[in-house]
Amino acid sequence: MRRSIAIVFAFAPCIARAASPMTYMVSHGPAANPITALGWGLLGLSIVVAAFISLSVLIGIWWKRDRGEYDEVGWPVLSRGRNGMPWLTIGVPVSIVLLLLSAIWTFFVLGATAAPSKTPAITLVITGHQWWWEVRYEREGAPQLTFDTANEIHIPVGAPVRLRLMSADVIHSFWIPQLAGKTDTIPGQVNLAWLQADKPGVYRGQCTEFCGLQHAHMAMYVIAQEPRAFNAWWMAQLRDAAGPPAGLALQGQSVFQARCAICHSVRGLAGSQGVLGPDLTHLMSRRTIAAGTLPNNTGDLSAWISNSQSLKPGNDMPNEDLNGPQLQALLAYLQTLK
Amino acid sequence: MALNPVYRTPLIARPTEELREKLESIWADPPGLYGWLATTDHKKIGHRYLTTAFVFMLVGGLEALGMRLQLAQPNEHLLPPNLYNQFFSMHGMTMIFLYALPILSGFSNYLWPLILGTRDMAFPRLNAFTYWVFLLAGIFLYIGFWNGKGTNVGWFNYVPLASRPYNPDWNVDIYSLGMVFLGISTTAGAVNFIATMFRTRAPGMSISRVPIMIWGTLVSNVGILFAVPAVSLDFMLLWCDRRFGTHFFDAAAGGRPLLWQHLFWIFGHPWVYAIVLPAMSIVSQALPVYCRRPLVAQPAVVLATILTMVLGFGVWVHHMFSTGLPVIAMGFFSAASFVIVIPSAVSVFAWVATIWTGRPVFTTAFKFFAAEVVLFVIGGVSGFMTAAVPLDWQLTDTYFVVAHLHYVLIGINVFPVIGGIYHWFPKMTGKMMSEKLGWWNFWLMFIGFNLGFFPMHISGLLGMPRRIYTYPAEIGWGTANLITTIGSFVFALGVLLFVINVIRSLLVGAKAPANPWDADTLEWSVTSPPPSYNFAVIPHVATIHPLWEGRLEGETLSILHEGPVLDHEHEMPGTTALDAEPDVILKQPSHSLVPLCMALLIAGMFVGLLLEMWWVAAGCMLAMIPALLWWFWPRVETGWAVRA
Repeated sequence: MRRSIAIVFAFAPCIARAASPMTYMVSHGPAANPITALGWGLLGLSIVVAAFISLSVLIGIWWKRDRGEYDEVGWPVLSRGRNGMPWLTIGVPVSIVLLLLSAIWTFFVLGATAAPSKTPAITLVITGHQWWWEVRYEREGAPQLTFDTANEIHIPVGAPVRLRLMSADVIHSFWIPQLAGKTDTIPGQVNLAWLQADKPGVYRGQCTEFCGLQHAHMAMYVIAQEPRAFNAWWMAQLRDAAGPPAGLALQGQSVFQARCAICHSVRGLAGSQGVLGPDLTHLMSRRTIAAGTLPNNTGDLSAWISNSQSLKPGNDMPNEDLNGPQLQALLAYLQTLK
Repeated sequence: MALNPVYRTPLIARPTEELREKLESIWADPPGLYGWLATTDHKKIGHRYLTTAFVFMLVGGLEALGMRLQLAQPNEHLLPPNLYNQFFSMHGMTMIFLYALPILSGFSNYLWPLILGTRDMAFPRLNAFTYWVFLLAGIFLYIGFWNGKGTNVGWFNYVPLASRPYNPDWNVDIYSLGMVFLGISTTAGAVNFIATMFRTRAPGMSISRVPIMIWGTLVSNVGILFAVPAVSLDFMLLWCDRRFGTHFFDAAAGGRPLLWQHLFWIFGHPWVYAIVLPAMSIVSQALPVYCRRPLVAQPAVVLATILTMVLGFGVWVHHMFSTGLPVIAMGFFSAASFVIVIPSAVSVFAWVATIWTGRPVFTTAFKFFAAEVVLFVIGGVSGFMTAAVPLDWQLTDTYFVVAHLHYVLIGINVFPVIGGIYHWFPKMTGKMMSEKLGWWNFWLMFIGFNLGFFPMHISGLLGMPRRIYTYPAEIGWGTANLITTIGSFVFALGVLLFVINVIRSLLVGAKAPANPWDADTLEWSVTSPPPSYNFAVIPHVATIHPLWEGRLEGETLSILHEGPVLDHEHEMPGTTALDAEPDVILKQPSHSLVPLCMALLIAGMFVGLLLEMWWVAAGCMLAMIPALLWWFWPRVETGWAVRA
């Protein structure tokens, strides 16, 4: 059955892949693949059913419309009509069989995707905030390897990753369409989910439960890497920020301590343990800033620091009123957070 | 409860001019402003429901057009996020609560007594009261919108985003209290419809001869009676959390945010059926008229309608598949959601069979009804896809669901409603609508709708989440959204043509005969528009198609032109629930200002609660005591103790 579906829709996934990084009609891991097959299958069935009924209505309207007797105002003569019951006595049982088959397929997919086939070694504790994602990495039996990051999630290819989903404020929904379905983050409870990528790549995701003003700007990226590269990344993230910088960056560090550290953490920097905003210890290792809103480059970083309220209105970061030299120094410091 | 029961056998006679004049003097409203405010005529109340709900739909439609302009291109700045959020929240609230049910109540209010062969609803003053409460609650829900205090958390209003810490202004207070307020109208209306169905049918209209139009609304209102308390409670608890610091939904203090969702969807899903089943029954009633034959498998369709409502109470969790509930529980609700497709399939096959074995007359109304069948199936199969739990983890909260719910609500509510207006407009106004404008009206709406909403399936499958006010250019959602915006404006143009056709027909439409479509039910046996007393003599009904039976059965069995006269006061027959045997003469109350006064006092109470002016709220509540005494004070001229 899956093969025939695959043939029928052979071209569609290519189109979908080309169309959007967010489409779930293609997928790259065992938490999503059975769902994608189910999706194409039920979509195909739905299209066939809708087409059949639409054609029946159209044909029913035109066929025999102009035969038979007419009354004095030119309307067809009222009659008991031919027996229409076969539509129900055949149509309803056929519908029931199709529904039953769909339900059985659904339950198999539910069983296959509800939990990973082997116990994940890595757990990501993901906390939704208005409007960004806090991510804590934990490895089974190695608490010293725990660290915090935000909005960009690296995972090893080919291994399941456990997600513990929580919320710091309102309900959000964590969703990486090509790796797994969505699971809500709800205050007062921890939801479990999992995902796995079978090939290296960058997978985009986005919050999908309306969470206020900037619900539209709450994206995240999953970067699947070969295990060796992933472990190297982990070790790099685990390190504190590099020691005191020199020159302009040193001035920038004091600007940071004065203006930014109350909300943001930079591990290894005195007085910088803020928890209201994302951890910035390795800011420059990330591709985007402000939860996927802007690319992470000097220009956008500068624009974000001085004007975040017009780029993402309502977010918790105030426009920082820095003069030119202060801003340059701060940017120089941030560049050192590799 | 008459003070002195009078036993009387009503005179059986044929209507005379004299009788008509006497009935007109009894039933017509007094002239002037008083008559306008005090009327309990179900036909006038029906007109008001239809007009008010339609105006709300136009307002909700303008909100939608605003959103579509904002989303037409990536990174637009037409609507800032705080406005956009209010637009989509007000749009949903308006369409679902202020349009979709009230417009159907409009049809039912107008048509029920005429279809049932009687002279008014069971509780005429309650009927006027439900309209005034609906109108005032609708205005109440809109009082904040003009200065940025419209509700802004979406129509299902999830906590804790709707709780005070995240939403400190009045937006959600207005919504919460407004919904409790509106629930009074819906509940009272449901009671009235149910009593009307089981007590006031014309003699002889036994339960198996009740036209299908009645069944849809009846089933819907029984559902409402059980569903609305959950949502009223939900909003009341939220208001207590927000105003008095209770902790029903506050996770930090031991409350549960999911409690909100359960209570909301225990209401919300049956509500979906409550706002489509009456519309489906409009199609089941009127489509066969244009197919020139009775509906195929009418009893099966009635049973399917009932079954849908019953099952509708067991599927609410399919709105919550991504909230982390246990897999076994989700399996149950998934299975129930598959099962509920079956009764829908019964209706669809019955309609297709009726078209297929009939000889359709291609009127505008017929086009809308036939389109409903197609759109229902498209909206139905996309709903069936969301019943599959794992697939729903992908589909939910994307534009796929937005497409689904618009196919359901526009396809199964708006299309039958517009078709229903084309069908019953001659009856309601005495004027025919223009079929030529109707042709343009239908095709603009049908093409615009599909052009606008079908691409939403695509943007949904491409991963576009709901309720985002903008999206980046490189993500590939631009084309589908642009087409959607264009389609929505074509659709709006179609709706505009409908409004033009209504106004034009009111002004210069051809005069309508009593039964322009050669339809089968009792409302077509009286003049267009019907006289204030509906029926000069009460008909006796012998089949489900009283006006067709001469041609279908070979002989006329129902007696329409001779019957009980009932010309003393506001009188109509009360019949038994199942067999519709004549039982009593109901002496109905007539025009009164007390429903309006009660509605105004309730409005005053809610305004007092909103503004935390407790003395206003308390004063209004105290004033309700004399108002209710006035309402229920026993009168000689009302009651039911007169035996037939």
